[in-house]
Amino acid sequence: MTRTIESIREGLVARQFTAVELATEALAFAEKENPKTNAYLLLSPERALAAAARVDLRIAGGEAPGPLAGVPIAVKDVILTKGLRTTCGSKILEHYIPPYDATAVQRIEAAGAVIIGKTNCDEFAMGSSNENSAYGPVRNPLALDRVPGGSSGGSAAVVAQNTAVLSLGSDTGGSIRQPASFCGVVGVTPTYGRVSRYGLTAFASSLDHIGPFARNVRDAATLLEVISGRDPLDSTSANAPVPNFSASPGGSVRGLKVGVPVEYMKHATGETAARVSEAIDSLRALGCEVSDISLPATDYAIAAYYVICTAEASSNLARFDGARYGFRSADSGTLSDMYRNTRGQGFGAEVKLRIMLGTYVLSHGYYDAYYVKAQKVRALVTRDFTNVFQSVDAIVAPVSPFPAFRLGEKSNDPMEMYLSDIYTITGSLAGIPCMSVPCGVTSDGLPVGLQILCKHFDESTMFRLAEAFEKR
Amino acid sequence: MKLTEKEVLYVAELANLSLSAEEIERMGHQLGGILEHMDKLAEIDTEGVAPMTQFLSAEGETDTLRADIERPSLANDLALENAPAAGAGFFKVPKVIERS
Repeated sequence: MTRTIESIREGLVARQFTAVELATEALAFAEKENPKTNAYLLLSPERALAAAARVDLRIAGGEAPGPLAGVPIAVKDVILTKGLRTTCGSKILEHYIPPYDATAVQRIEAAGAVIIGKTNCDEFAMGSSNENSAYGPVRNPLALDRVPGGSSGGSAAVVAQNTAVLSLGSDTGGSIRQPASFCGVVGVTPTYGRVSRYGLTAFASSLDHIGPFARNVRDAATLLEVISGRDPLDSTSANAPVPNFSASPGGSVRGLKVGVPVEYMKHATGETAARVSEAIDSLRALGCEVSDISLPATDYAIAAYYVICTAEASSNLARFDGARYGFRSADSGTLSDMYRNTRGQGFGAEVKLRIMLGTYVLSHGYYDAYYVKAQKVRALVTRDFTNVFQSVDAIVAPVSPFPAFRLGEKSNDPMEMYLSDIYTITGSLAGIPCMSVPCGVTSDGLPVGLQILCKHFDESTMFRLAEAFEKR
Repeated sequence: MKLTEKEVLYVAELANLSLSAEEIERMGHQLGGILEHMDKLAEIDTEGVAPMTQFLSAEGETDTLRADIERPSLANDLALENAPAAGAGFFKVPKVIERS
């Protein structure tokens, strides 16, 4: 049965089922289905049943059960959960048990959500296919020989597979939107700073976001509202007030000005381009004023993104050295050998490649040519968006140049994978809110996503447009 | 373009990474190919553009200073719980200083 936040609340309040019954059912279903996809790395029955029991107690006591009451939710394994193993998809954290919860985790549980498990992902969120997990790839529930996208592949898959109603993912350059598009679900990257990163294992701090997956826009909006807002434990979290996102869907989009970037559409081909063009026609039919816009710095965005994200990653991942937590190489006589061997044996190939690249671009003699230059290009990419948002309310675009591909089909050439991030990384560099909403399938039945991008802190317009499109 | 073995080993040393001979060879190729693409950055004119770290710092949206009030930190035993080796309230690591 396909449940929503609202149908669960109604069922709980009408005493059709209890939160404990629902959690028990969800855990059993997830356990049965998971061998097909490998989307969960861990199920958390104890924590789920305890959270569900608290919801039942609140309802029995006549209290408001919270906006996510009893809703089974999965959490990407780069987000810390106290007492629940958190591996980041890496061998180096195979036995790591976090001593605290991420702020987003605390907030969803305070809202009544029931965490049923941790989801597989590319190692330290580095990848676009979920094939870089030390615990094996995730399979796309809609086509088991294909990837679910990445890096939040498990979080997209569990929602598509119906083994969770919602999930949390993380997005640095497209890691929520791209798997959402591959799995045919809704995925949201909020404005940078909208959601606290406290307890999110850092990959590239100036680009990392936590965001929701859901099967419909309204549920994604409700989840985002719960996790948003200033957190003193993350000094980059924004002070901006959090609007009532769950109320933003439903409004009319007549007269809304929607831009289509010419730089994106000229590269878009095949059925992905066809579905996105049809989606744009639907927006016109809904009364949106659609026009072409230009984002001229787009061609330089991938180079800038991969310089910045690997530079930040090389610094952030220095903490995994075998001294304080995680794996330690046994065969090291000196401290520096312990560092080198631990990292050499503990990290996977893509993570090592990115650490090397980031170290290179930050090294003496290259810092200005690569790192500072990339930060200037980042400013130009952001300026493009600022200029365009003076004349349009939203931008629509593809999410990925192609739908879900076969396992092993693309993993040999890292640069080819990086280039496929072109449509998602521009919004990430600018820190604007963006999302993927399903916009049909290819002739093979593979989902295609429509990306919607809005200006900083304007998730409300994004959700309004996304829901109008969803209900077209 | 391909990075030489010497260049790869220099970067690996900076990054505290031990690499196998096979990895050194593969990374030389892969890093070279990626850096070739990144050299595209030199083509775009950024004269007078200030480097951007993240957008909120420019907007004054985040306030990075907080009141200087003491807060409890992670308890010693909890901090040591995930340690590969610990004792007497400390992390244990191989010997750093040799006795002469």
